[in-house]
Amino acid sequence: MSVLSAKGLRVRLGARDVLNGVDADFAPGQVTAVLGPNGAGKSTLLACLAGLRRPDVGSVELDGAGVRALAPRVRARRIGLLPQTPEVAWPVSARTVVGLGRIPYNGSRGLTSEDEAAVARAMDAAGVAELAERDVTTLSGGERGRVLIARALAGEPEWLLADEPLAGLDPGHQLDVAALFRDLAAGSGRGVVVTLHDLSMAARMADRILVLADGGLLADGPPHEALAPAVLAQAYGVEARFTQGEAGPLIEIVGRGR
Amino acid sequence: MKPPPRAVVLLTLTLLTLGLALLSLMAGRVWAPLSAFTDMSDPRWPIVFELRTPRTLLAILVGAALGMSGAAMQGYTRNPLADPGVLGVSAMAALGAVGTLYFGVAAATYWMLPAAAVTGAMAGVLLLLALAGSTSSAVTFVLAGVILNTVASAGVALALNLAPSPWAVNEIVNWLMGSLADRSFDELTMAAPLIAAGCALLLTTGRALDALTLGETGARSLGVDMGRMRWALALGVGLAAGASVAATGVVSFVGLVTPHLMRPLVGAQPGKLLVPSALAGAVIVLAADILVRLTPSAAEVKLGVAMAALGGPFFLGLLLAMRRRMS
Repeated sequence: MSVLSAKGLRVRLGARDVLNGVDADFAPGQVTAVLGPNGAGKSTLLACLAGLRRPDVGSVELDGAGVRALAPRVRARRIGLLPQTPEVAWPVSARTVVGLGRIPYNGSRGLTSEDEAAVARAMDAAGVAELAERDVTTLSGGERGRVLIARALAGEPEWLLADEPLAGLDPGHQLDVAALFRDLAAGSGRGVVVTLHDLSMAARMADRILVLADGGLLADGPPHEALAPAVLAQAYGVEARFTQGEAGPLIEIVGRGR
Repeated sequence: MKPPPRAVVLLTLTLLTLGLALLSLMAGRVWAPLSAFTDMSDPRWPIVFELRTPRTLLAILVGAALGMSGAAMQGYTRNPLADPGVLGVSAMAALGAVGTLYFGVAAATYWMLPAAAVTGAMAGVLLLLALAGSTSSAVTFVLAGVILNTVASAGVALALNLAPSPWAVNEIVNWLMGSLADRSFDELTMAAPLIAAGCALLLTTGRALDALTLGETGARSLGVDMGRMRWALALGVGLAAGASVAATGVVSFVGLVTPHLMRPLVGAQPGKLLVPSALAGAVIVLAADILVRLTPSAAEVKLGVAMAALGGPFFLGLLLAMRRRMS
C-alpha cells in the first residue's frame, strides 16, 4: 500500500509563510478534502504533494522516498495533478486534451492502443465521451472542467490531487464528479486529495478533512470533527452549524462570526 | 469543412517544395529550360548550378528554419503572435552579425559573422525567457520582445551612426534588408549543418509543447522537464534562426505566418505543427524569392522587404479576425 506523507512542510512566498510546519499522511482508498480560507496554502500544499514545488523546509515522501528525487516521468505516472485554472491554450479536440494525460507513458511517440483505451475509459468515467470531437475552446466552463478531469484520470495515477475540481460545475455534475472521486478511492483503492470551498460537499464526499489556516493544520479528522463550529469560526470567521440533512451532512452558515 | 489527412498535407507541401525548387532553378532574368541542366557547354549551365542551386537550397533551409522556429515559439509562449522576428530574436542575431561587419572582422574570418549571429539569437531567446520570467503570459512575452527589438535596433543604428565609411554603411544596410541574391555554396555549407541541428533540437520539444497546452503547472505535472525544454528551445531557435539570419539577413514574418496557415489544415496541437510549418516555410520563401527575381524593376526587390510588405496586411487580417472572435 503506497503512502504519501507531508513531513514538516514549510513554504515561504515573499514575506509570508504560506505553509508553516504541515504534517500529514495520506492513505490510499480515501478521499481527503483540504479546506481553508483563500490564501491558506491549499494549492501550495497540492503542488508540494505532487512534487512540483520544493518546500523550503520539510519533504514529501511517497512510500518513504522523496517525491522530488523521483524521475519526473515516473512521478507523473504515480501522482496526477489537476491544476486549479482550467487552462487550454489552443483550439484542439477534447480527445486530444485527454490524450495529453498519457504523456508520462508514451513520451514523444504517438498514442498506443493501450493509451487510446485509457483515454476512452477516462472520458467515459468523466462523462465527456460525447464531447470527444468538440473543440475545447468552444465548450462551456463546466464542460471544459470535466474534460480536464478526464485528462487527469487518463494517466491512471495511484494518487489524484485535484485543485478545486468542482469549481464552475452545476449541482448535477458536482454530484457526478464527487461520486467519481469516491469511486476512485473506495472502488479502485486510489488516493484522492481534493481542495474544496463547499463545506457540505466536502462533508459528503470526503472520508477525512484537513482544514488549513494561518499556515498550519487547524483540524484533521472525519467531517463531523474537522467541520465543528469552533474550527469553522476560527478558519473562516463564520458562525456555522453542522446538521444532518436528508442526503448527508449539511453545514449551514448562519452568519459572519465575531 | 473537414481538414485533409495529415499525410496528404505533408505530401502536398513536399511536392510543392520540389516543384518550386525546380522553378527556382529555371526562373530569373535569364530563363533556363531543363535542357540547360544537362548540357555543361550551355552558357546557362553555370547560372543554374553555381548561382541558382545554392540560392534555391538556402531558400528551402531558411524557410524551414524560420517556419519551425515560429511554430516552436508560438507553442512555447502559447501566443499566436510569437516568432523570431516579432520577439526580437532575429534582431539580436542581426545585431551580432552587424557587429562583425562594423568591426570589419566578418571579411577577415568567414565564420565570425555566422557565429556572432547564432550567439546573438541564442542570447535573444535566453533574454526573452529570463525577461518574461515564470509567468509566461502573452503580454510579458510581447513586452520582452519589444525590449529586445528596441535594444537590438538601437545597437544596429549606433553601428550605422558610427560606421567608419559609407561603404560600411552600405554593406550593413544591404545585408539587413534580407536577400538570397548572390549567395554561394559557402553560405550554404555554413548554414546547412547549423539549421539541421537547430531543427532536430526543436523536434525533440514536440510533445513537451503539446503538454504546455495545459499551462506550465499542467505540463510539469505530466513530467515535462521545463528547464531542459527551455534549453532545447533556446539552442534550437538560436541555431536555426541565427544561422538563417547569418545566411540571408533578416527575413521577417515567415515564422509568424506559417503556423497560422497550417493550423486549419493539421490542427492546433503545437507538436504536430512543427514539421508542416517547416515545409510551409520552405514553400513561402521559395515562392517569394522566385517572385522578387521576376519583378521587373531596375534593382531586385530584396526578399526581406517583400516579406515585410506581405506581413503587414497579414497582421491586419489577423487583428480583424481576432476582433471578430472577441466581439
